[in-house]
Amino acid sequence: MDALKKRRLSLMKRLVTLIFIIVILWASSLGTEVSISSLMDGLPGMGSLFLEMLPPDWSYFSYVTEPMLETIRMAVIGTTYGAIVAIPFALLSSRNVVKWPVIYFPFRFVMNLIRTIPELLLAALFVPVLGIGDNAGIMALSVFSFGVIAKLAYESIEAIDNGPLEAMTAVGANKIQWIFYGVVPQVIASFVSYTLYCFEINVRAAAILGYVGAGGIGLYLNNTLKLFQYQRVSTIIIYTLIVVVIIDMISNKCREKLI
Amino acid sequence: MIEFKDVLKIYPNGTKGLNNVNIKINKGEFVVIVGLSGAGKSTMLRSINRLHEITSGEIIIDGKSITKARGKALLRCRRDIGMIFQNFNLVKRSTVLRNVLSGRVGYHSTIRTLLGLFPKEDINIALNALKRVNLEEKAYSRADELSGGQQQRVSIARALAQEAKFILADEPVASLDPLTTKQVMDDLKRINKDLGITTIVNLHFVDLARQYATRIVGVRAGEIVFDGPVEEATDDVFSSIYGRPVKQDEMLGAKV
Repeated sequence: MDALKKRRLSLMKRLVTLIFIIVILWASSLGTEVSISSLMDGLPGMGSLFLEMLPPDWSYFSYVTEPMLETIRMAVIGTTYGAIVAIPFALLSSRNVVKWPVIYFPFRFVMNLIRTIPELLLAALFVPVLGIGDNAGIMALSVFSFGVIAKLAYESIEAIDNGPLEAMTAVGANKIQWIFYGVVPQVIASFVSYTLYCFEINVRAAAILGYVGAGGIGLYLNNTLKLFQYQRVSTIIIYTLIVVVIIDMISNKCREKLI
Repeated sequence: MIEFKDVLKIYPNGTKGLNNVNIKINKGEFVVIVGLSGAGKSTMLRSINRLHEITSGEIIIDGKSITKARGKALLRCRRDIGMIFQNFNLVKRSTVLRNVLSGRVGYHSTIRTLLGLFPKEDINIALNALKRVNLEEKAYSRADELSGGQQQRVSIARALAQEAKFILADEPVASLDPLTTKQVMDDLKRINKDLGITTIVNLHFVDLARQYATRIVGVRAGEIVFDGPVEEATDDVFSSIYGRPVKQDEMLGAKV
């Protein structure tokens, strides 16, 4: 009797969940006025745009190499700054490193707050402050990387083996030695791996930051699109694709070696 | 000398870990603490170097109270006490040598140890410590490449590199097989004899306790119920410590 009731209850739960999801989907599509028919109407336009992109303007490659390098440089510097600031934050947010909630809760709060801001919004905030150009982009990527790396690093710090920490306490190490001999060697590999992962994300992000005036290849993408130079647009897209794939490949290989 | 004076340890949930413990352990002794699991062996050992804080009473080490020690003084006290753990507690990703050298950090400035700039002397101390446990050739291997018994001997080398006056070993052989158990216990015994390091070991194997100890301390429900030379620790004594006859699986022989 009881088992039957439970079974009915769980069936009901599933049904309610399903209805809930359908309602949300329906309400969302209503609100954004998306429809299959409008997508169909747009198809020919997409086709002609695609044709206009062909063939890519190959001579434009050399012209956008400098902004492409600038994009990568922004990602490198942004990731590095972010990673450096993330180290103390990650340590101070970890319950097994700092025993007092008074310290780790505020640090976690700041970390989580920063992590909620998307990089494009950060860039849009920094452009008026630092002016148009790669400095704003670098700052945006630094803050964004900080959020990603600090969060991942603190989670892996909290998951480390407590044994070596106990051993370092027992040998009479002070707190800093305790961190460098007990914590750091246990998390350094994942930390580097997260930083590389964040670098991959940043290269992709840096490619569009130019849209809000924060330097890099995005600026050129924006300009060529506005001037209807679709053959140049396709050059930029292909170039970005190649660079992102190569960087992802190298970074992935490095990360495999680390773990 | 280690001296417990009216040591009381009450856990937050109200259980008495140690109940009015008074004991003196003299220099050069090889003391084995026996008792059922949960009897307070580990609490007793860990309260010596304050990995566990006691509720009241005092523990005196070579005339200085570690209970009252604060800051640097506490670190100095701990530096003199090497500790061996059941799970070895090595940093698995680091080399054996780096693990052994971590025992030296208490002797140098923070900045020096952070940069890993140990003097040549310290490297020699560490290598000698490894030689004592016959693992010199493993110095540059990663710790997790070693077997359990070898890892435990590395942790003994760490305590040696620490130039500890005391070694506390908390169930050092509980996760080892009988053969490596013998090697680890032999190493501990040899170090105790050769260097005169006072050694206190928690064990739950009755026959091992008899074989290696010079003095046996029996603990039950946080109280010392037996304390005497190994010759006096008869089967009846063990039964009274355990509150029941000794079982077969409490003999290492049974484990083979």
